[in-house]
Amino acid sequence: MSDTIKQVVMPKWGLSMKEGKITKWLVSEGATVSVGDELTEVETEKIASAVEATDAGVVRRILGEVDTIYPVKTLLAIIADASVPDSEIDAFLAAYVPPAVEEDEEVVDVYSTVTLPVGEIRYAKYGSGDKTLIFIHGFGGDCDNWLFNTSGLADQFTIYALDLPGHGRSVKGFSDASLSGMADVILSFMDALSIDAANLIGHSMGGAISMKTAIKAPKRVKSVTVFGSAGLGADINIDYINGFIGSDSRREIKPFLEELFFDAGLVSRQMIDDILKYKRLDHVPESLRELADTVFKGGKQSENLVDAFKATGIPMTAIHGADDKIIPASHSEAAKSFAKVEILAGTGHMAQMEKSKEANALIAAQAK
Amino acid sequence: MARNLSMKDAINEALDLEMRRDPTVIVMGEDIAGGAGAQGEEDAWGGVLGVTKGLIGKYGANRVMDTPLSESAYIGAAVGAAACGLRPVAELMFLDFMGVCFDQIFNQAAKFKYMFGGKAQTPVVIRGMVGGGFRAAAQHSQMLTPLFTHIPGLKVVCPSNAYDAKGLLIQSIRDNDPVIFCEHKNLYASMADVPAESYTIPFGEAAIPREGKHVTIVAYGLMVHRALEAAETLAKEKIDVEVIDLRTLSPIDLDTIIESVEKTGHLVAVDEANPRCSIAADVIASVTEHAFKALKSAPKAITAPHTPVPFTPVLEDLYIPSAGQIADAVRKQLK
Repeated sequence: MSDTIKQVVMPKWGLSMKEGKITKWLVSEGATVSVGDELTEVETEKIASAVEATDAGVVRRILGEVDTIYPVKTLLAIIADASVPDSEIDAFLAAYVPPAVEEDEEVVDVYSTVTLPVGEIRYAKYGSGDKTLIFIHGFGGDCDNWLFNTSGLADQFTIYALDLPGHGRSVKGFSDASLSGMADVILSFMDALSIDAANLIGHSMGGAISMKTAIKAPKRVKSVTVFGSAGLGADINIDYINGFIGSDSRREIKPFLEELFFDAGLVSRQMIDDILKYKRLDHVPESLRELADTVFKGGKQSENLVDAFKATGIPMTAIHGADDKIIPASHSEAAKSFAKVEILAGTGHMAQMEKSKEANALIAAQAK
Repeated sequence: MARNLSMKDAINEALDLEMRRDPTVIVMGEDIAGGAGAQGEEDAWGGVLGVTKGLIGKYGANRVMDTPLSESAYIGAAVGAAACGLRPVAELMFLDFMGVCFDQIFNQAAKFKYMFGGKAQTPVVIRGMVGGGFRAAAQHSQMLTPLFTHIPGLKVVCPSNAYDAKGLLIQSIRDNDPVIFCEHKNLYASMADVPAESYTIPFGEAAIPREGKHVTIVAYGLMVHRALEAAETLAKEKIDVEVIDLRTLSPIDLDTIIESVEKTGHLVAVDEANPRCSIAADVIASVTEHAFKALKSAPKAITAPHTPVPFTPVLEDLYIPSAGQIADAVRKQLK
């Protein structure tokens, strides 16, 4: 392969992704791009996102067509320096052999279950680095909320992402629906998998659970990285919480899910269908109600963890979308006295998805 | 946890979970006992294709009732039991046999709630096989969904995959009205990711297994797969097709159909039933009535012809709408 000719290929975001659809090119042939520039928008079954340039140069050829679905690793564009002659690119393309489809090679089942005192808990495990990360999703979420992060960080860390009780494919019920009860689940999960200490990464309510776990067992938590976290103030968009619990159709739930993102276009039909599938499991609406009535009692967050967490001295990074409509970014800003705080512009409540590259860099920096 | 499950096993699991949850749920039908967990006379087939296999071993002969070969007797008994507080799931084996128990279903079950001022409930599910392609000849291969859909007071369900089959059957059992649950025999082996837990899918909500913007194809049951196959072919020609899976025919999700046609302007309705008074005809009539201005071409129905289902394999294969026919119809609409 030529060193001067760089390929842009259909990315693989997360384990289940097999193909993606190009919805829009954000550059045209002849454009000069730098590393990190957004090249094209790709839509998968799970989410839409942009493909970024990993090499700098001139976009010499655009091969992927709009509204067309391509398998992962398909060549979509060529980037090369302006000095590379067209003939060399033509020769490269003429000799180009598409990569063989790796049939089922990567379809290792990353999901497992473990039985804890609360019941059966599903989790995903990736990577095998020295340091361990445990990802804890928010209210109504599941371990797949972290797909862009787990896939981006698996080469550096040993990663666990679990479904909390009442969520995803884990047991639908709680022994204790408070933050303290959830922290106990995290600690029993660590016990069951012989994880002595870990870096916790939490989103929203999962952020508060991370902090609470650190407060309860400071020796077992090396650092905490939170996104749009609860536990840092009193406000919570309770209309969202109630709407999420109460909606049972695509039309009802869509406007609520759109509040999660800065770009409402990221809410795909597949995402809505997946959430409805979860919400239609027996006992899910009741479980979510019980959790909301405990953690967000009376429409306010029940616990402010700032002082207790500060006392642990455990390092923390708090990341917040400036346009978060669920928990205001001001909560994270107020944590500046004890945490590294990053407020991301043009970002909503799902900062770890919407700004996965920045998110992964911040997670890695905190955990290293 | 989700497993890859066949539609047949997903239906069995739905029955199993509901029988475990609710002691008033019973199943009855011809040869439905057996298959596993029973002995002697009770060890029949577990359903002619094994859908109810093993239930008798778990719930006993009082709740898994092998009936005499008289559809009029046991469907009548199921309707009566429903009116008296049980939740029977009666298997009619082939729904083609509906003819001999029309009165029990159309004139009794479907009318109780209406004629007793809303005070009577008839939570009965009548499930059985529909559709062709099984080399089972004209009396065991029909798609009679339009007949059932025509009757007010009946709910009509026809899933296209294992996930939907489980959720819709649980919903059917919990529903307080009579439900005709149509299982396409050629989909029994089709696999899907199915959660082990109980879950429901509400009636009157179509699924959109493929989003697209050029043409809307409305289908249900086996035809959803033919439509998706056509969509794959058309995608290579840069034709972007949206496929709607109705899932329930009564109630029907007209909103989703109209929303889609307002986007695409073109409608192809696919139905394995015969053309006259078909679900396809009904969909086209409704769209024409409610969204005429959105249409850029005449809607097209793709159905079986107006003849009984042939027995000869060559003719039977030609009889059932194919992906090729559907793709051709789509191409014509865009011309």
